Amino acid sequence: MLEIKNLHAVVEGEELEILKGVNLTVNKGEIHAIMGPNGSGKSTLSKVVSGHPEYEVTEGSILFEGEDITEMDADERAHLGLFLAFQYPVEVPGITNKTLLREAYNTIARANEREELDPLEFEDYLVSKLDVIEMKDEFLNRSINTGFSGGEKKKNEIFQMAVLNPRLSFLDETDSGLDIDALKIVSDGVNKIANQDNAIVMITHYQRLLNYIKPDFVHVMMNGKIVKSGDISLAEELEANGYDQMQKELA
Amino acid sequence: MSEETKALESMIGEEYKYGFTTDVEYEDFPKGLNEEIIKELSQRKEEPEWMLEFRLKSYRAWKEMEEPEWFNATYKKPDFENLLYYSAPKKRPTLDSLDEVDPNIRETYEKLGIPLEEQKMLAGVAVDAVFDSVSIFTSFKEKLAEAGVIFCSMSEAIKEHPELVKKYIGSVVPARDNFYAALNSAVFSDGSFCYIPKNTKCPMELSTYFRINNMESGQFERTLIVAEEGASVSYLEGCTAPMYDENQLHAAVVELVALDRADIKYSTIQNWYSGDEEGKGGIYNFVTKRGICKGAHSKISWTQLETGSAVTLKYPSVILQGDHSIGEFYSVAVTTKKQQADTGTKMIHLGKNTRSTIISKGISAGESNNSYRGEVKIGKKATGSKNYSVCDSMLIGQTCGAHTFPYISSENASSSVEHEATTSRVGEEQIFYLMQRGISEQDAISMIINGFVKDVLKELPLEFAVEANKLLDIKLEGSVG
Repeated sequence: MLEIKNLHAVVEGEELEILKGVNLTVNKGEIHAIMGPNGSGKSTLSKVVSGHPEYEVTEGSILFEGEDITEMDADERAHLGLFLAFQYPVEVPGITNKTLLREAYNTIARANEREELDPLEFEDYLVSKLDVIEMKDEFLNRSINTGFSGGEKKKNEIFQMAVLNPRLSFLDETDSGLDIDALKIVSDGVNKIANQDNAIVMITHYQRLLNYIKPDFVHVMMNGKIVKSGDISLAEELEANGYDQMQKELA
Repeated sequence: MSEETKALESMIGEEYKYGFTTDVEYEDFPKGLNEEIIKELSQRKEEPEWMLEFRLKSYRAWKEMEEPEWFNATYKKPDFENLLYYSAPKKRPTLDSLDEVDPNIRETYEKLGIPLEEQKMLAGVAVDAVFDSVSIFTSFKEKLAEAGVIFCSMSEAIKEHPELVKKYIGSVVPARDNFYAALNSAVFSDGSFCYIPKNTKCPMELSTYFRINNMESGQFERTLIVAEEGASVSYLEGCTAPMYDENQLHAAVVELVALDRADIKYSTIQNWYSGDEEGKGGIYNFVTKRGICKGAHSKISWTQLETGSAVTLKYPSVILQGDHSIGEFYSVAVTTKKQQADTGTKMIHLGKNTRSTIISKGISAGESNNSYRGEVKIGKKATGSKNYSVCDSMLIGQTCGAHTFPYISSENASSSVEHEATTSRVGEEQIFYLMQRGISEQDAISMIINGFVKDVLKELPLEFAVEANKLLDIKLEGSVG
């Protein structure tokens, strides 16, 4: 589904490489976790893959379902079924969640020559997704993320993911800032969305998220590269010994 | 500069659609300003003696006043000796026959999307069309007359309803109020007058459409709206002008009077020519607008969408004299290219338990400068009064400026004033967030802007809200519909 080959990237207009040759393959039905210390390039990877204009790919490529998306705009990537749950969801005052989601859903449907939903049909569809994340329907009529608590913002990201039903989702530190109850709700939501036809890449500092969402693969990212891959035991090893220890071993 | 910012910048400054000129023959009138000119003006308009006196007194006051410089804008001052103070198309129509309006002028209004034929107009909207210095035509007059509503040009009102004009003109904005108000009081050529009798709800929206055509003329219109006890009216003005390299002066005065329980809603869509990329040409929009809530439980509400003009200095205000009266100011001011706007409001609380709300949204792009200047004053006797103000600024790109100048004073302890201000940049993060959800860049920008101004545009009469949205899109987003 996703094939990242030797990906190098810089902040546009700057020289310093943040990604220094990332290789990653994700197949449908899989859940991956990318772990790593601060500044290792994890979040940058998710932004580069989803087409953030701040970054420039200097080498390598990103293939999605066999198609090279390296130069595509963010909206075109979204039309193909790529989703990013933001580490810091952005506030957009004056536009309700419902309006955003209807625009987004129908734009993606149009791009894929699927039928659009009229406002009434969409309302029913939207309400049917509220349970995924135990969301109250009042959230639908609130401005996007405006005045939401940290936890509410993160829940809202997963709710949007449920509604847009992407093929591949990057969850960028979705667990950060969540208390234990919220973490459970969010994780349950992700588990409900995950199926044999889609794929999920979680980016996290901590192993605790992996207790709730079981990854098939765990990757460790350091200094702009994936330095080690394995199964869940890799995460346990990290939790026990820390990143420093692993860095020393690798060196 | 990132791609997003570049795209934003390139979308700004869509060509001005109303910049054409109309070829009409003008009545000759000498340039410059002195008492003789004013006498001539008054005579041509066949005005009564008291009107001429009002003008001359204002002129003498103006001569002693200094042109103000306290605002946050710089420009070449108008040359008052080189202006035409009266400019009327030669073929004067009689006011109740559309057939006699110069066909070129009729066509002008068609092009502007303001057809003067009643059957073609927006249902439920009466229009007074002002072309340079004179009112060309007022529609639906008879229908309004049935309800007792007077809606006509100011020139006509001076002749037909002198007792009303004499009673109220200059009662809210005295001639000596400020430099431009004094100038207007001396030389105003036309404008709209409307009078809503006791306990009458005006049966339709009233609107005036101002068009400056003549390159050398200033436009000095005067609008007076009086709502008697229990009366209500909604009034809208729209403005455009051709593209000239020279700056043109527009110095209007608007006065609103609301008696007991009366309700006046005044909306403006201002789209004067704003000058070119280099800041050449465009209208100087120096306007004094003020309403007085004279009666108890009366209400005056200003809503403005300001997108045009090279320089705007404008502070629609409300004097809350009647107990329990309400003043509102909802504003969206958009500046692009090298436009400068210094705009805001004044809410002067004099009566008990008076309320005012200020919602101001400034959007600046290009190299423009956008300032909010607002005064809230709560007097000693205005016990139990409340003000709530929100001033939000949004910046697009890196080369524009936004400023907020609030002046707040309260002379009694039982009143409260609340002021909130924010400044944000149309963030690349916001655009990326929406695009990541599948929305195109242009739609994303449109959504962000519409979200930002929503609280204000919802105050516009329904018929014009759609227009306002379109204008915003054209102004800021090029082809986005």
